[in-house]
Amino acid sequence: MNKIMQTVNVKISDYQITKAPNRLKTTGLGSCVGIVIFEPGAQVAGMAHVMLPSSELSGDMTFNLAKYADTALPAMVTELVQHFGIQHNRLKAKIAGGAQMFQFTGKSEALRVGPRNITAVKDILQTLSIPVLAEDVGGQNGRTIEFDIENSNLMIRTIHKGMTTI
Amino acid sequence: MITPEQLTEYHKDILKEIGNIGAGNAATALSELMQKSIDMALPTVKLVPFHEVVQMIGGEETVMAATFFRVTGDAPGNMFLIFTLDEAITILRELTGDPEVDEESILSSEMTRSALQETGNILAGSYLSSFSDFTGLNLSPSVPFLTIDMVGAVLSFGLMEMSQVSDYAIIIDTQLKNGSSEQSGVDSHFLFLPDPDSFQKIFQTLGVPLNE
Repeated sequence: MNKIMQTVNVKISDYQITKAPNRLKTTGLGSCVGIVIFEPGAQVAGMAHVMLPSSELSGDMTFNLAKYADTALPAMVTELVQHFGIQHNRLKAKIAGGAQMFQFTGKSEALRVGPRNITAVKDILQTLSIPVLAEDVGGQNGRTIEFDIENSNLMIRTIHKGMTTI
Repeated sequence: MITPEQLTEYHKDILKEIGNIGAGNAATALSELMQKSIDMALPTVKLVPFHEVVQMIGGEETVMAATFFRVTGDAPGNMFLIFTLDEAITILRELTGDPEVDEESILSSEMTRSALQETGNILAGSYLSSFSDFTGLNLSPSVPFLTIDMVGAVLSFGLMEMSQVSDYAIIIDTQLKNGSSEQSGVDSHFLFLPDPDSFQKIFQTLGVPLNE
């Protein structure tokens, strides 16, 4: 019997884990970064849509783990390992986003968040010993990404540039 | 600091009034610029979770022409003037007198770019100067930054300041519309997103208690 494919939408400041044949999708990535963590061939994957590099920026004591790169990625990896039986050392990542939407020359650090997000995501993946197999980051345009778990393809739609697959 | 979740209806009414005055001036400026009547919908003040902000304006992937300003001064924040592509084209054709303006040329032509940026500039300037008159706070817009992109990508960028303290944004949204007799044209969003610390500043200067 054929399984029904569903697209699981990942909102801003959110992560989702699902199994094939489902796909993971997040829309309108600007300076935010989309991270897919998966084990090739294991038919399960997680996708996060993080807004900010570090939870140290949080003024709050309680916060949404999925908003920050440094808390979203470890949480997603723990869930993949503990609930889906994936071996940590087999995990791989693909990343997209982190655009600089406006060519801003002012002082506000918050407005340079795209490049800072990319750096943070890469650092954290390195700390977690998860290799980045492919990336489409930076630039000045928004992206929508969709991950096909069955073949580990990450499709990226960029305004003014069309579709690419990494 | 007062976070968006802590704002009462009373606080929101005050923000609405600020939006009202600012947008009234902005609408007048736009009608003068376009030499036609521009109506202003009553401003709304919304407390919305981030993922709903983008839906407010038409869905994450909708491509729109957005002019962004960083507001600096006593109560800093982010400001957007957002047009659908059709609206942007209508406005640009009228402003430049060039009927050939299309989607492609908005970003590629220096002339249309600056016409759109200048429109934003005039609106933001008049909005902020009435805001300043009303509150006594000193505020000025940066130079305008223009992009045509997915509205989700554009707006989430404007939420960065707020995202450091909250999962909600306070958005003062004003729609500008063509005068009722006219068919096509302007239906834009003019958004002001004060930084988290700015709310306290605004209420303090108006003598409004923070904990009602």
